[in-house]
Amino acid sequence: MSRERIIATAAALREAERRRTARGRITAAEWPDLDVETAYAVQRALIEARLADGERRVGIKLGLTSRAKQERMGIDSPLTAVLTDAHILPADVPVPLDRLIQPRAEPEIVFVLGRELAGPGVTAAAALAAVDHVLGGIEIIDSRFLGYDFALPDVVADNASTALLVLGPELVPPLGLDLTLEAVALTVDGEVTATATGAAVQGSPAEALALAANALADRGESIPAGSIVFTGGMTDAVPLTAGTVVSAEFTSLGSIHLSAG
Amino acid sequence: MDGEVGMQEEIDRIAAQLLAARRDGAPIPPISERIALGQDEAYRVQLAQVDAWRREGRRVIGYKVGLTSRAIQRQLGVDQPDFGHLFDDDVVLSGEPIPAGRFIQPRVEPEIAFVLGRGLEGPGVTVADAIRAIDVAVASLEIIDSRIADWRITLPDTIADNASAGAVVLGTAPVALAGRDLRLTGGILRRNGRIVHTGAGAAVLGSPVSALVWLVNTLGRAGTAVEAGSVVLPGAITAAVPAEPGDVISADFAGLGSVTARFAVASAD
Repeated sequence: MSRERIIATAAALREAERRRTARGRITAAEWPDLDVETAYAVQRALIEARLADGERRVGIKLGLTSRAKQERMGIDSPLTAVLTDAHILPADVPVPLDRLIQPRAEPEIVFVLGRELAGPGVTAAAALAAVDHVLGGIEIIDSRFLGYDFALPDVVADNASTALLVLGPELVPPLGLDLTLEAVALTVDGEVTATATGAAVQGSPAEALALAANALADRGESIPAGSIVFTGGMTDAVPLTAGTVVSAEFTSLGSIHLSAG
Repeated sequence: MDGEVGMQEEIDRIAAQLLAARRDGAPIPPISERIALGQDEAYRVQLAQVDAWRREGRRVIGYKVGLTSRAIQRQLGVDQPDFGHLFDDDVVLSGEPIPAGRFIQPRVEPEIAFVLGRGLEGPGVTVADAIRAIDVAVASLEIIDSRIADWRITLPDTIADNASAGAVVLGTAPVALAGRDLRLTGGILRRNGRIVHTGAGAAVLGSPVSALVWLVNTLGRAGTAVEAGSVVLPGAITAAVPAEPGDVISADFAGLGSVTARFAVASAD
């Protein structure tokens, strides 16, 4: 495995994003034996290139946090991806469809960490104790692979399809909040299309955070204090097209409203 | 069909087939494959069975509203819910073993049930009237069952079959509605300890209260009032899970506690 190959693959993914051109799987032709560990090296190279362009690291997100999806992909822990300030879409700004390929939106429970979380051995209780605040969020994913057709190493290299993130209006302390029963109603163009609770995320978003901290430790990384953590989609993602209006209403975390421009 | 007399005979015949299917635990092929029933005729089939059950001494204790999620309405190609009748012996206690042979092909779904403190008579009942009439909301599991083979139902099939009603397990921690947003009240459905589905009240026609309003106005147009003390199952907050003998299916609701349907292991006979 050469450093050049990793950097070239990361550059190709960034180019697909910049040009809004969906591509085929990396594992289909150019790198059939790309493994997950090396795919994380590609993801790292992708983020390093973004940081070199002046972006700042703001946190992480978890992907594949539903047990059903994990079983389909043959994994037992969520994926992680890196978030920068460029991924944050401010409130009340329309989703810039002209910058995206095939965007989909999903509601999530978001953490802000008050202190560093470093595995291994992090439990859900310890993970939750490191959380300063909980927010509602909407993640807009946008795979750089045509039709979201990817194998596990592809999606890892592609920073887990990260595109844009919207943060909810309320910072709620986790004390006294039952995240497994924190509900969301997802409304698309005025119609409720899905409802779920935090239990859909790895049994509990705190469990997802613990698993992520431990998985990152295997790769020699931790989650710094102050990080925002998008813990994973609570419902299936809904496609965003011109004029789509999406709302996510949370029990205790307020509501987020999005329009696709 | 040869006029109204012929239709009435057909309705009585289908009602008799459904009554026998339920009694014998032997499902029948979809009615819709044999005869094109309109919605009104399908409700007449349901009411013919309700009359027969009343003559047997069963007592109507409330109603269930079905087809309240967008997903199920899409699946059946309809744009409104349906309703069925609940009887005194349909109520199962939380945790009480449910005999394996009681249902044909049971499925279980979590609901936020209502008990009415005062009667409601539509049409013209508003959300405000409905909220004022609700005494308490209570966690519940509805056991749905179909007397139609393999659940191959269309809208008239399920309406004729008492909206696929089976039984209801009510929780034991009733709460008042004041200060509670049922739209955003979450629930988790577990089968044998594993999470199967999660959802919230908004899955039920936008809010479970909307289902109650629809029910009383629909019944009211047919001249039926919903009495004080009635139990109303407004519709499921998640998809249903199939129940096998030996399964323990439970639901936890935010602020409403939990409720368990325990299916007995199949007996040898």
